[in-house]
Amino acid sequence: MNDVKKGDFEPKIVAFACEYCSYTAADLAGSMRLQYPASVRIILIPCTGRMDAIMLLKALDEGADAVFVSGCQPGDCHFLRGNYRAKAMVPGVKKMLEEIGLDPDRVEFFHVAASEAQRWVEVVEEMTARARRLGPNPLRTGGGPEYGPLAEKKGGKEDGPRRQASA
Amino acid sequence: MIVGERKPLEEIIESLEGAEKVLVAGCGTCVAICMAGGEKEVGMLASELKMAAKLRDMKIEVSEATAQRQCDKEYLDTLKDDVKGKDVVISMACGIGVQYMALNYEPMRVVPAVNTDFLGANLDVGEWAEYCQSCGDCVLADTGGVCPIARCSKSLLNGPCGGSADGKCEIDPETECAWQLIYDRMKALGRLEKLTEIRPPRSWKTSRDGGPRRLVREDQKA
Amino acid sequence: MKSGSNLEKVFEKGEFALTGECGPPRGADLEVVKEKAKHLVGYVDAVNVTDNQTSIVRMSSIGASKVLIDMGLEPVMQMVCRDRNRIAMQSDIFGAYALGIRNMLCLSGDHQIFGNQQDAKNVFDIDSIQLINVVHTMREEGKILGGDDIDGKPEMFIGAAANPFGDPFDFRPIRLAKKVAAGVDFIQTQCIYNMPKFREYMKRVVDMGLHEKCHIMAGITPLKSLPMAKYMAKKVSGIDVPQEILDRMKGVEKKKRAAEGIKLAIEQIQEVKDIEGVDGVHLMAIEWEKKVPEIVEGAGLHPRPQVS
Repeated sequence: MNDVKKGDFEPKIVAFACEYCSYTAADLAGSMRLQYPASVRIILIPCTGRMDAIMLLKALDEGADAVFVSGCQPGDCHFLRGNYRAKAMVPGVKKMLEEIGLDPDRVEFFHVAASEAQRWVEVVEEMTARARRLGPNPLRTGGGPEYGPLAEKKGGKEDGPRRQASA
Repeated sequence: MIVGERKPLEEIIESLEGAEKVLVAGCGTCVAICMAGGEKEVGMLASELKMAAKLRDMKIEVSEATAQRQCDKEYLDTLKDDVKGKDVVISMACGIGVQYMALNYEPMRVVPAVNTDFLGANLDVGEWAEYCQSCGDCVLADTGGVCPIARCSKSLLNGPCGGSADGKCEIDPETECAWQLIYDRMKALGRLEKLTEIRPPRSWKTSRDGGPRRLVREDQKA
Repeated sequence: MKSGSNLEKVFEKGEFALTGECGPPRGADLEVVKEKAKHLVGYVDAVNVTDNQTSIVRMSSIGASKVLIDMGLEPVMQMVCRDRNRIAMQSDIFGAYALGIRNMLCLSGDHQIFGNQQDAKNVFDIDSIQLINVVHTMREEGKILGGDDIDGKPEMFIGAAANPFGDPFDFRPIRLAKKVAAGVDFIQTQCIYNMPKFREYMKRVVDMGLHEKCHIMAGITPLKSLPMAKYMAKKVSGIDVPQEILDRMKGVEKKKRAAEGIKLAIEQIQEVKDIEGVDGVHLMAIEWEKKVPEIVEGAGLHPRPQVS
């Protein structure tokens, strides 16, 4: 897989989707026959409040090119604050990735309500585009660090300074 | 409890220099409660180390274990099999646990993964504050239950300095003036009179200044 | 006489006392001290020499005080609790006295976070009230902390600071009472801009009879400019500059603001002079020592009483 180039590969994306909103939105997108990248593997979770940083790390460790958590719109969490907790956790994971040597853009948090099928499609497209821009996860391909001071030394960072993570 | 925070990954990696077999050892007491070095954080650090190692072509084999407490021999002994054969143990305990681990598994190389910050209370989710400096001569009875040693930036014993303004300390607007708190509490308790007494220079012998401290209780030794 | 210092004699004679201030240089250049101090000769009864104020490393207060003595000025050596433990403090008091220093001011000291040595370990072994008592016990009983006798008592005239504008306001007179009980002889207050609040403070102090047990000197600092006034209002902990003062400085054109600041200082001196319990003024012309003669003359406090 080492010869996989940026941009022309089919990324593997793991999505942790809340049962009450985003998972339903993904379902709805299917029912509506909306077209979107087949790159995403959805994991159903009872609430994004169930998420833990380690789950995001493990997904990347096992080869995912990008991971995201998708929860309810602000104020709509079935368990009141689960989505806020998950959203607050993600910046910490981004920081860990920077320290590890991975691009923090590989993880993200989104709000997608049950009725927002189109939004779900956009989110998957966004993460797929990001993964294509970043290239395959170096943990999978055996590459060196792609972020931080070591990245430049090893030449792992090819397209200049990274865009700062968006939320 | 003892409050600590995880060191940056890079610093931990640097301290592993030359090690191949590594144990990440957590502590299930204070540092677990403040989410710096418990079982969950052990999993996280181990995962971070494995990923970083892969990217850096470092050959390390990381394993995980957590003891209920690293400051008690009985609990440390439960890690015997995990420690065996390792080049380095990364202790995620406070500074006490790191040292006690090293002593109990001599000559094992033990390195810290946590900075031990202070003795504090958990004010809110994810928020802690220093409340005690373990000075060895508690004055709380006379200060309305607010410690001037730990919570006044100058450890003053006879009232607020000139820098107390609107309940805040001169060092920064986020820090409460301990003497304002003491004054308010003593006023509410109807004990302001106590604050008019001059408190003489205290002995710091019971504090760290008297050298490393030791407590022996004969009644418990039998 | 407790110490026989010039400042003590001025108070004993019942005169309205006047002290100035001199901040030592950030280095070993004696000329800086001399240049600042020369403006004060003959215009004040004694000169405070600050001790690493705002935690910026400067020439020691003891060293600079000795330079003033050689110039014929009487120093008030400041000593903060931030940088020395009780061993160093007591030793420095002996040394200072041996060099001819007769007044000292006992302070807690600004936290090191304000200065250029933020990574320093602070000491605060004893606090300012305890320090007052240490110096007092040396003078009156000839003993150091712990009760050992000393060879040669340092007979200092003991001063301390008071901040009428610090919080909690109700505790401020109590804190002054503690300083009096610890053995203080004179008090210099923080710079006063909020006159009504200072009057209220003094009323309480007088009601407690504290003005009869120590000499209270009102702190006055002339404002050089509008930025300085704003800086004092916003950045300096424990200083209360009311809006009226800022408006007054703002109200005159830029070139005339320095003159306005001096005019204001003179008015303030005249005002505090009439407040019951105020025995003197501590004039802190920060980096503006050359204006001291003008202010002192303007306030009608020149010439200074000859007491020796």
